[in-house]
Order: sequence, then C-alpha cells, then structure tokens
Amino acid sequence: MQTIKLNTHISGRFNQELENLRNSVLTMGGVVEQQLCDAISALRDNNRGLAEKVVLNDIMVNNMEVQIDEECTRIIAKRHPAASDLRLVLAINKATTDIERIGDEVERIAKLILKGNLPVSEDIKNGMIATGNHVMEMLRQTLNAFARMDAEAAMSIHIGDQEIDEQYKQLLTQAVEEMRQDTDALPQWLEILWAMRSLERVGDRCKNVCEYIIYLVKGKDVRHISRHAMQEKLRELR
Amino acid sequence: MFDYFDLSRPEVDLDGLADEDIAIDVRDLSLKFGSKLALKDIRMRIPKRQITSVIGPSGCGKSTLLGCFNRLNDLTPGCEVQGEVYINERNIYHRKEDVAALRSRVGMVFQRPNPFPMSIYENLVYGLKIQGIRDRRTLDNAAEQALRDVALWKEVRDRLFDSALTLSGGQQQRLVIARAIALQPDILLLDEPTSALDPISTLTIEELITQLKEKYTVLIVTHNMQQAARVSDFTAFLHQGSLIEYSDTNRLFTRPKQQQTEEYITGRYG
Repeated sequence: MQTIKLNTHISGRFNQELENLRNSVLTMGGVVEQQLCDAISALRDNNRGLAEKVVLNDIMVNNMEVQIDEECTRIIAKRHPAASDLRLVLAINKATTDIERIGDEVERIAKLILKGNLPVSEDIKNGMIATGNHVMEMLRQTLNAFARMDAEAAMSIHIGDQEIDEQYKQLLTQAVEEMRQDTDALPQWLEILWAMRSLERVGDRCKNVCEYIIYLVKGKDVRHISRHAMQEKLRELR
Repeated sequence: MFDYFDLSRPEVDLDGLADEDIAIDVRDLSLKFGSKLALKDIRMRIPKRQITSVIGPSGCGKSTLLGCFNRLNDLTPGCEVQGEVYINERNIYHRKEDVAALRSRVGMVFQRPNPFPMSIYENLVYGLKIQGIRDRRTLDNAAEQALRDVALWKEVRDRLFDSALTLSGGQQQRLVIARAIALQPDILLLDEPTSALDPISTLTIEELITQLKEKYTVLIVTHNMQQAARVSDFTAFLHQGSLIEYSDTNRLFTRPKQQQTEEYITGRYG
C-alpha cells in the first residue's frame, strides 16, 4: 500500500474537494476538542456559563456532521472515487459520526454541571478531571494521526485506550464505595456515573476513528478483532 | 465469517483457479510492430465464462493484446509475436493453427458498429454460410437464437429482411454481437464496444455483456474505468505494454496493490 496524496489528481477541482473534505473533518474535530476542553474546565471550576456554552455549541457540531455527510454523498455521486479516494470518503463519513457522538458525550458532561449535580467528593471530581485530560489528549492525538494519515500512530493510540478503561474502572470502584455511604444522593450519583461513562466512551470513539485511519491508509478492516490479531494484520502490511 | 447478506460475490484469487477454469492462458507474450515493442512479457490466465476487462491509457497495448487472441495482429505488416497463447489447450501461435477456424471460435466486436450493408438476417447467417451451412432451418434457428441472446429478437423479428443499416447505433452494435454469437464462439472480444454509443444504449450493452458470460468468456477493452468496474469480474491494468496489475475487479478498484494502478484509477495519471 502506498502513501496517500490528496492533491495529485489530474482534476484540480477534485483535489480541492477532497482537501476541503479532509479539512472540514479536522475543523469539526477541533471544535469538539475545544468543547471537551471547555467541559473539563467547567467541571473543575464549576463554571455554569462555560457549561452552557458547551451545550449550545453542540448544535454546531451536529450541523457540521450533516454538512460533511452531504459532501461525501455528493463526491460519491459525482466523482465515483476509487481506491484510496474511496476509502478516504468512507473513512471520513464514518469518522464524522463518531466525532459527532464525542460531541454528545461532552454535552452530557456539561449538562451535569448545568444541573448542579457535581460530585460532592473531591476525589471523584479530580478523578474525572484526570480521565478527562487523558481522553482529551487521546482525541488530540487521534486528530493529528488523521491529519497526517498515520496508521502507526493510530495503532498506538488504539492500544492506549486500555489505560483509559483502567482509569474508568478504578474511578467506578471508588464511586461505588462512596455511594454506599451516601445513599440519599443516589439520583445525583446516577448522573455522575453517566458522565463518567461518557468520558470513557470518548476514548472508545477515538479508538473507532483510529480504526478508520488504519482502513484508510492500509486498506485493512481491523474492527472487531483482538489487539493481537490487529497487530498481526498490520505487521503483514508493513 | 458468516454471510448475513447476499451482497457482492467474494473476491477470487486468480492464482488459485484450476486449469480447467481457464479460457486463455497467456505465457510470456511479447509483440513488436517493426522495432516498437507493443507488449512486454505478458503473463495472464483469463478465467472461463467470466468477464475480464483490460484498462489502461491510450496506446498502452489494450487493443493489441485483444488482437492477439484471434491473431488479428497478424494482418498488421511488421508484426512479430513471441511467447504462447493457449486456448483450449492449444497454442494458437503454433504454425499449424487454422486461423480462420480460430476467428470463428474467438469472435470480435469493435468500437463502431460495423454491420454489413445487407439485411439483418443476412448479417447473422453470413459467417455460417461461409462455413458451408446451407440448411435453411439451421440458419433460421441460429439467427433467431443469436438475436434472442442479445435481446434484439423482439425489436427486429418483423423486419429481419430490412437493411441492417436502418437500425439505431445501439441496435447495430447488438446485431454485431449477435453476428459473432451466431458462430457459437467460446470467447468474445469486445474492443471498446460502447464508446460510440449514447448512455442508455451503453447500459443496454453492459446489461447484455453480464448476461453473455453465462455462455461465453468475455474480454472487454474499455477507456471507461467505471464501465470496467461495473461489468467485469476481473480487471487487468496495462501500461506501456506491460501488465501492471491483474486481479479481481472488486479488489483492484478498492485496494490496488501497485502505485501505478492506484494513480490511474483515481485519475492522477493518464
């Protein structure tokens, strides 16, 4: 498999269309990254104003997804993309869905702050902020890997999700412990659990995007297989 | 993996095909026109009763390759062939090969419809008459069957003795395919069969081609990559007389192995 260059078609307009499509995903990813950053700041500082901004901005993310999907449809209909071009359009089409879902997870965290359901325990709150920072870094790396079409980086980000799963598990154990001693606040705890779960899901969504990057660059579908099998597949392709 | 849906057929590995599934076996074929090397060491096994398309930029040797399978290139002065082409376990470049018989087993259709200036019926039975067949019923049956095979029977059955030149371009091209089929060939070579036709006639011919593979091995040379992607089971990409890549069409158009193929099919290089 070869390196992918978007700007080498005979048709300059097609070059431009693919370049714009790729840039639009990066723009959308950037907006969602900022949303996640704001949500975590709002959580840390109990900043309702910022949380409200995050909730309102989610509409923009939704609209971006629709626009990118429409552009993918147009390109397929008009340009009949093949090989890496086709994989690019398909990967973008799917990645946008996951990026939009990341936006939804972030919105859920922001709503928790708006409702005033913040964790009473500092430990839980700090744990959530730490997990949040971790997934934010993962999202940033994922978008970078996409921008550079770097399958190797995508692979290591994919493996890195294990750490987030582990962090989430520890946080959950701690939360259950504290819930036992605070049964009166169960409804509030449920909301907090959902928000914790949302943070962990951001990691899963990044993992999906990494799988699309690998598909785009290597032409191999690495979904739904063990990490070991995935590494094997990639080794074959090197 | 389980198949939950009835979608595209699974990809076929050409190297895994048994000898009996091969219609044409090309072994190290090179061809020169004078001092110009038009085909270089072509090695390919073309499967029986499948559609194989040959794509590539102008002058890459697509039509020349097709012309090797019925020795049409022999007619070009200065043409010199090396290597072997096996059809039905016989090397058609053997010096004792009966070229006229070969051409009746390997029919050819060209870019521009070229019906003979005679009636539709006479066009269809022309080849059979040359073979010495005179029995009226045999000729009638062959003509009807050939017209049915190309889905032209209903359109022309009431005007079989009108001039073939009164048909539309698309109908003429189907008639020419029928004329080749009337000789009951094993292989049909189609050299850009739709490039002189309008989009609807093109689709009719493409539909016909997919049906023809039930009975014949079909080879199609096309400039239209989407056509190759739509109709063929296997695709060969030629460049400057060399076979760059030859594989299952589904694979070639989604995950080509060679950089040159990738650049050609994605419109980066022509």
